[in-house]
Amino acid sequence: MSEKPRIKIPSSAKKGEVVEIKTMVTHPMESGQRKDAAGAVIPRKILNKFTCKANGAEVFAADLFPSFAANPYLTFKLRIEATTKLEFAWIDDDGSAITADAEIKVA
Amino acid sequence: MSEIQPRASRRAVLCAAGALAAGAGLLPGVATATPEATRKLIGDLAGGATLKEGRIKLDLPQVADNGATVPVSVKVDSPMTAQDHVRALYVLAEHNPVPETAIFRFTPACGEAEVSLRMRLAKTQTVYAVAQMSDGTAYLAKGEVKVTVGGCGT
Repeated sequence: MSEKPRIKIPSSAKKGEVVEIKTMVTHPMESGQRKDAAGAVIPRKILNKFTCKANGAEVFAADLFPSFAANPYLTFKLRIEATTKLEFAWIDDDGSAITADAEIKVA
Repeated sequence: MSEIQPRASRRAVLCAAGALAAGAGLLPGVATATPEATRKLIGDLAGGATLKEGRIKLDLPQVADNGATVPVSVKVDSPMTAQDHVRALYVLAEHNPVPETAIFRFTPACGEAEVSLRMRLAKTQTVYAVAQMSDGTAYLAKGEVKVTVGGCGT
């Protein structure tokens, strides 16, 4: 997964504003239900967990299952009280993680 | 961010669903959730509380040409304060091999309990959203999506 996750957020927000966080990451989310041309089951390999930390504290998380579509797209909301450093992580079945970070400034 | 239901019970439900499907000889080789298993799972999620209607706005397409990527958005009406917030939101599909698609865990820092995602649907079926509130109540919303081309096998 060499491609970077795509994170779409406002670069700044007013104190107390609820902003939308849009995320998308490249991953096949192989469900373990499909078969290859020879009829063998293609093993499951999905991102099974997503977390978002704001200034080090976990504020939103999701457990993902095989029926989550490929290239997981996920949006959620966050209330921004001060300049916030966001850290995103997607955990793969194989234990590896895709990470990204971003910042929303409060003037 | 604590879970209300122990994972084991959910797993037990899923195992039961798998066993049921295998026993009934449905789609050999592919475990398929059943509406009954999904209803039982939803009952477990409610944790003894009565599931109420309302507060959840579940946005689904009426028809999905491609079951591999069906846009879904869910908004739960909640003040999202420390005393009163949405703790978890489950998105379930009764005729997928595994009913759960996603479990979202919110905190008051979210400000609003609203998510959008894209899910796979194996065939035409009902999609459910169950919200667990911080006060122990639970809400349910559902909607049917007609699927032209399924998004799981093949």
